[in-house]
Amino acid sequence: MTDYEPVIGLEIHVQLGTTTKLFCGCELSFGDTPNIHTCPTCLGLPGALPVINAQAVHYAIMIGLALECEIAPRSQFHRKNYFYPDSPKAYQISQYDVPICGAGRLGEVRIHRAHLEDDAAKLTHLGASGRIDDAQRSVVDFNRGGTPLVEIVTEPDIHSPQQAREFLTLLRTTLRALGVSDVDMSQGSLRADANVSVRPVGSDTLGTKTELKNMNSFAFLEKGVKAEIERQIALLESGGRVAQETLHYDPVSGRLTSLRSKEEAHDYRYFPEPDLPPLVVTDAMLEAAKAAMPELPAARAARFSSELGLPVERARELAFRAELGDYYEAAVTEGGDPVMTANWIQALIERIGTEIDPADSKVTPEALAAVVKLVGDKAISRDAGREVLSKLVDEGGDPAAIVERDGLGAISSADGGLAEVVAAALAGDPDAAEKVRAGNMKAVGPLVGYVMRETKGRADGGEINRLIREQLGI
Amino acid sequence: MSAEILSLSAAQAAAAVAAGELDRAELWGAYRERAATDTLNAFTWVADDAPAAVDGPLGGVPLAVKDLFCTEDVPSQSGSKILEGYRPPYTATVVAKLQAAGAPLLGKTNQDEFAMGSSNENSAFGPVNNPWDLTRVPGGSSGGSAAAVAAGLAPWALGTDTGGSIRQPAALCGIVGLKPTYGACSRYGMIAFASSLDQAGPLTRDVTDAALLFSEMVGTDSFDSTSLGMPSPVLLPTRRDLSGVRLGVPEELLEQEGGLEPGVRARFDEALALAKELGATVTPCRLPHAEHALSAYYLLAPAEASSNLARFDGVRYGLRVDGDHDLMTMYTHTRAAGFGPEVKRRIMLGTYALSSGYYDAYYGTAQRVRTKIAEDFAAGFSAVDFIVTPTSPGVAFELGAKSADPLAMYLNDFFTVPMSLAGIPAISIPAGLSEGLPVGLQLAGPAFSENALLDAAYALEQAIGFDGSPARTGEGR
Repeated sequence: MTDYEPVIGLEIHVQLGTTTKLFCGCELSFGDTPNIHTCPTCLGLPGALPVINAQAVHYAIMIGLALECEIAPRSQFHRKNYFYPDSPKAYQISQYDVPICGAGRLGEVRIHRAHLEDDAAKLTHLGASGRIDDAQRSVVDFNRGGTPLVEIVTEPDIHSPQQAREFLTLLRTTLRALGVSDVDMSQGSLRADANVSVRPVGSDTLGTKTELKNMNSFAFLEKGVKAEIERQIALLESGGRVAQETLHYDPVSGRLTSLRSKEEAHDYRYFPEPDLPPLVVTDAMLEAAKAAMPELPAARAARFSSELGLPVERARELAFRAELGDYYEAAVTEGGDPVMTANWIQALIERIGTEIDPADSKVTPEALAAVVKLVGDKAISRDAGREVLSKLVDEGGDPAAIVERDGLGAISSADGGLAEVVAAALAGDPDAAEKVRAGNMKAVGPLVGYVMRETKGRADGGEINRLIREQLGI
Repeated sequence: MSAEILSLSAAQAAAAVAAGELDRAELWGAYRERAATDTLNAFTWVADDAPAAVDGPLGGVPLAVKDLFCTEDVPSQSGSKILEGYRPPYTATVVAKLQAAGAPLLGKTNQDEFAMGSSNENSAFGPVNNPWDLTRVPGGSSGGSAAAVAAGLAPWALGTDTGGSIRQPAALCGIVGLKPTYGACSRYGMIAFASSLDQAGPLTRDVTDAALLFSEMVGTDSFDSTSLGMPSPVLLPTRRDLSGVRLGVPEELLEQEGGLEPGVRARFDEALALAKELGATVTPCRLPHAEHALSAYYLLAPAEASSNLARFDGVRYGLRVDGDHDLMTMYTHTRAAGFGPEVKRRIMLGTYALSSGYYDAYYGTAQRVRTKIAEDFAAGFSAVDFIVTPTSPGVAFELGAKSADPLAMYLNDFFTVPMSLAGIPAISIPAGLSEGLPVGLQLAGPAFSENALLDAAYALEQAIGFDGSPARTGEGR
C-alpha cells in the first residue's frame, strides 16, 4: 500500500460581534423572536441600498493584522448572484478579486486571504426530512440576514486532522482575544469548511479535492476530515478516482454524503457591487485597528515562557486558552510564584475539568495564589495544599481559614509536635537510625515514612530530615 | 380661477402661495381634480385627500412622482405586473425631502417597466399618450411624468434617468428635463434598474422650475453610499446672455448613420444660431468613443439589471405564481408571468454578459469603453464649457411604430446615453416644433456643473421662447 499525505485547507466563516448588521442599522441578535430585527435593506426590499458598517471594517482590519495579512488600501465589494429564499436580494455582497485582507500567516499555516461579506437569513424546512425538496413549508428568519462575516481562507498547509483541529483552536483563541466574535461553533458564529485531498508521499502535485461543509464542532472537524481522508485513500487503493464534489459529514452516522458535484456548481456571475464605492482603508483606520490590538495568544505564550520562566508547552496551554491565561496572570499578580502557579492551575483543571473556565469555579485567583504561597512558605505541605485545593473547588473560601479549621497546617519543630514524632520514629527503628548515623542516607526512608503517617502528611519532608540529623547528632 | 391656477409655473405658484395670493388648498384641489380626469394614462395612482400642509420653499405645489420611487403605503410598482399593488413600508429619500420642503404627493406616474424603454409602451399598466398627439408615444421611461407635466395634469414631476429616461420624454413632450450628476441625489428608495447609472431628476415646464425642484432634491444621504450631494447650493437661473460661453458640437456623432430627422436638425441649428447671438462661441468637439456608447450601455445596464431584478422571486412581496410543488418552478412561473418581454430580454442579455467565460469579453470590455467615454468628455470640457446635441434623433413617434424592433427603439437613446455613462449632468429644453411636435435640445456639462448648466439653459430658453401652452390647456389637439 502506498503511503499518502493528506493536504487540507480550511475556509472559516466568522460572525463578527458588531452592534449592528453589515449593511444596515439593525441590531444583531441570537434566538430572538423571528423577523423583528429587519429593515428595507436587510429584507432586500425594492429600492433599499447597503451602507458599510465601520465597526465591521475595523474588526476585519484587526483580524487581518492578527493574521499578519497585507491590508488592501482599497478593496472592492462584488455581488455573488444566486437564487435562494435565504438571500432576499438574490445576491450576497462579498469580496472577490480584491479582498480587504491579503496573504498572511497564523502559526505554521499560511493565510490565503480574508474578506468581508453578509450572512444569509436562517431557513427552516418544516417536514419529515428537514430538507427543502420535500418540506411541507419553509420559513425564513431574517434576523440573521446581513450579519457581518469575515471569511478566512488558508493555504493547503495542513496535513492531518489533528493539525486542522489545532489550527482552528489557535484561530478561535486569537479571534476571541481580539474580541471581534463570540466564536461559538455550536451557535454558528464560527463555521469551518475543509478542502481535503490526498497524494502519495513525496508527490508535489495536488490530488483532486473535495469540500466538507459546515462542521459545527472541533471534534466533528477532526472526525470528518479523518473520515474523508480514509475514504479517499480507500478509493484510490481500490483503483478508483476522487470526484470533485461538496460533501456533508454526518457526525452521528459518520457518513459523508454528496451535496453537489462540480458539474452542478453555480455560476455566481460576480461583478463589482455598484451600490458601494471601493472600500478605502485610511492610515487613521489602520492606526485605530493597531491601537485596539490586544496581546495575541502566540505573543502571550512567548512572554509566559521568556519572562515568567514557564516551559514552552505549559506557556502555550495557558496562553492559547485566553481564560486560562487571564486566570493565571491574575493569580501571579496576587503574588503566586509564576512557575508554581502554573503547576497549581494544572491541578485545578484536573479537579474542575477542561471545559470550565476557572474564573467560573469557586476558586478565586487570590485563593489559588494563597495556596501557592502557603506551600511555598512551607506553612502547609504539598499534600495538604492539594487537599485545600479540593476543598476550595467544592466550597470556595479562604485557604488559610480552611487550613486553620481542618488543622492542615504543617507540623514543625517550632510548636514542638514534630520533634517528638521524629524522636518516636528513631526509637521505634534503632536499626535504621544506626545506619543513618553511619552515613547510609538511603535508610532514612522508613523513618520519614513513619513521620508522614503519624502526621497525616502535614509535616514538611525537609524539616523531618533536618530533625533526624539533629537528633542523631550528624 | 382653476385655469388660471393651472397656467402658473410651479415657481410662480409657490411664489403666489408665499405672497398669500394663492390658497394652498385651492392649488391642491385644482390639480387633484385635473389629475383625476387624466385620459392620457399618465397616472397609475392619484391621491385622494390633501396631505397635511407643510411650510417650505416649494409652497405646497403638488408633485407627480414616477412609479418606481417607493412611497410609504402608496402603490410603487415600477410599471411591472410583478409589483402590482405593492405598497412599500418606506419612502424614497428624494420624495421625502421634497415632501418636507412643501411639495405634497399628487400621484404616481406611469413608466416603462423597471424604467426599461423609450416609449412608455413597456408598462404593465398600458401605454401613455403624448398630449401633443394622442396617437404618439410620450417617450420613456419617465413617460407618465413627462405627459402629465406637458398636459398640465401636474405642475411638475419626478423622473429617473438611466440612459435618457428623463431627457428623451421631456424632449418628446416639449418640457424641461434634467439628469443630474451621478451622486447629486440619493437613490435610496428608487426601485433600481442599473445602479451605476440611475439618477433622479425633475421634469418641469421651464428651467426655473427644474432648478427649484432640483435644489430641494440634492444632498448626501446616509442611506446611499454613492450619494455625494452638490459642492455648493443650487441657485435659480438668472442669466440672459451666453457671452464667453463655449459650446461644443460633436459633429461626428450627429452624422451617424440612421441619424437625425431633418426637422430636428433644423431646430438644432437654429438654436445654435441663437446661442451665437447671445454671445456664445460654437466649435466642433470630438467624442471619439461616444459612437460605442449604446453598445456598452446595452451590456452594462442589463448586467446590473439582471442582478437588481433577481430579488423579484415571489417569496416575500409582489406577485407569486405557485410552482409544481417545488421552489424552482415557483420562481420560474412567477418571473415568467410577472415580467414583460423587454425586461426578460434585458435580464437574458445581462445574465449572459456576466456569465463565467464571457464576463471579460462583454462586461469587462463595456467597462473599458465607459472609461474611455468619460475620458473623452473630460478632454472635451478642457476646450468647451458645454456640449450640445439634439436630445433625441426624432420627434415623438406613433404608438407601436418601433415596438417590434428593439434596436430601432434603442437608437432613441443615442445622444443621451454617453452622458449617462460618464455620470455627467445634462438638460433637455424645448427647441421648437417639427411637424407640430416638440424637439429637444440637450446641453451637457462637467460633473457638478448644474448651476452653470441651468443658467445657460435658462438663457437659451428665454431666447427660444417656446410656447408649450397648447399642450397644457387641452389633452392633445
